[in-house]
Amino acid sequence: MTLALAVELAYWQETIIKLVLAFVAVLIPAGGTVYLYLFKMVSFMQSRLGPMEAGPYGSLQLLAEVGKSAQKEDIFPEKADRFVFGAAPYVVLMSTFLLVLVIPFGPDALFADFDTGVFLALAVSSISVIGILMAGWASASKYSLLGGLRAAGQLIAYELPLVLAVVGVVIQAGTLSLQGIVSAQIDGAIFGWGALGNPFILTQILGFLIFLIAVQAELTQVPFDMPIAESELVSGYMTEYSGFRFLMFFIAEFATANIFAFLGAVLFLGGWSVPPFIPELFGIDPYSNVFNFIGPLVMGAKMLLLTFIIYWVRFTYPRFREDQLQTFAWKYLIPLALINISVTGLLKVVF
Amino acid sequence: MALVPGVVKGLGVTFGEIVKTVTKGAETVQYPHEKEDPVPRARGVIALHEGNCTACMLCARECPDWCIYIEGHKELAPPRRAGGKPRQVNKLDRFDIDYGLCMYCGICVEVCPFEALFWTPEFEYSEPKIADLLHDKTRLGQWMETVPDFEPYESGAEVKAKKVPRP
Repeated sequence: MTLALAVELAYWQETIIKLVLAFVAVLIPAGGTVYLYLFKMVSFMQSRLGPMEAGPYGSLQLLAEVGKSAQKEDIFPEKADRFVFGAAPYVVLMSTFLLVLVIPFGPDALFADFDTGVFLALAVSSISVIGILMAGWASASKYSLLGGLRAAGQLIAYELPLVLAVVGVVIQAGTLSLQGIVSAQIDGAIFGWGALGNPFILTQILGFLIFLIAVQAELTQVPFDMPIAESELVSGYMTEYSGFRFLMFFIAEFATANIFAFLGAVLFLGGWSVPPFIPELFGIDPYSNVFNFIGPLVMGAKMLLLTFIIYWVRFTYPRFREDQLQTFAWKYLIPLALINISVTGLLKVVF
Repeated sequence: MALVPGVVKGLGVTFGEIVKTVTKGAETVQYPHEKEDPVPRARGVIALHEGNCTACMLCARECPDWCIYIEGHKELAPPRRAGGKPRQVNKLDRFDIDYGLCMYCGICVEVCPFEALFWTPEFEYSEPKIADLLHDKTRLGQWMETVPDFEPYESGAEVKAKKVPRP
């Protein structure tokens, strides 16, 4: 941060700037992808245009939706556990904001450089399960409880393949630090040919696919939306929520999708770096200061690509049945991820 | 594993639809700005040609929703031929259709023996208050201007298409 701006800032100034930037890094991509994909792309898939009235091409529709939700009454069910019910959305949203901490957007443009960034990210992402269980339990509603329990079962089942898929990348990079994983991809070479670096999607394609599937399940997006099944559970753990608290669940859902896309970009697509032959063409170092400004844009582009896949899958497939969903995780994804780990480890030792 | 080709094909279908919408335009129209032509014999609203109505109550009695209200009284009309007896005719006082109740089945139009009721394709008559959806006979009469001509039957038909009474 200090290097990027070439100014020395006091600790509190830096903290405030980081706080604002964290909000920007969570909310702007969330709003952008919701408009681009949830409003527009899904409409195109159904041969309609989507919102067109609010602003040019309906681009201000999201503001209208947020305003509508914000002005609605915040209803607490009579038998609800008031404190837990009120706190649940904050817990879910907190996990989203904690996740963005570890993600590097440039050589120095990051919120905090952890040596065990991958570990922290995967641990923090599980906090949302607690929030969802809290919401499901405290609502004092059968639908919510069923949804919360289904969510807990699903998120625990798919946490495993998610972690195991990432372990392959960690073995190959030889570090748990996300910044280290990015530089491993810049400095890497494919059989001695270093023009593209070595984005881990090439060697870890199986891990990448498992990661995408597990992320889809973590986000409880279709086809893994058993916990919030609209047609049977009326949005599951969110059934009793209204107004601003519902909006917070909504933001958390879509912001987490972006953050996982950021994470996937860092782990598999080379993060903030561009293929090394491009900086070479302009005669700059791939770690130079310029990348503090280009980096966020590159990350944005890679994030858009990954979220496109997430929403594309979301709006294509029908829902899994609960037993199919569990079978898929335990019988197929986890063994595949384990095979991926052992093969990666073996090849790491051999080469 | 056998499911994988179908899964990929499914992604292709949705992506193809995106490309189709972006390049060739959507199937839908942006309603208040552009309007689709109504289909032939579209059922928008029912128009009343008051001159033909004899207050026979057939439509009101056949209406499944009981949304037609008719009141009338008997009147003596001058005889058709000189020296004849004055005729007794039914005069219409009230003919209301409550579009808050109507389910657009069209039985009233079919059952009317005197060609007094007609379908028109107009549909933009929503109201902020539900009570305003009760159209009286002047309002129903105004819809007559919008009644389209009946389409001719296919060639060789024995019956001729009916004519819409125009003022």
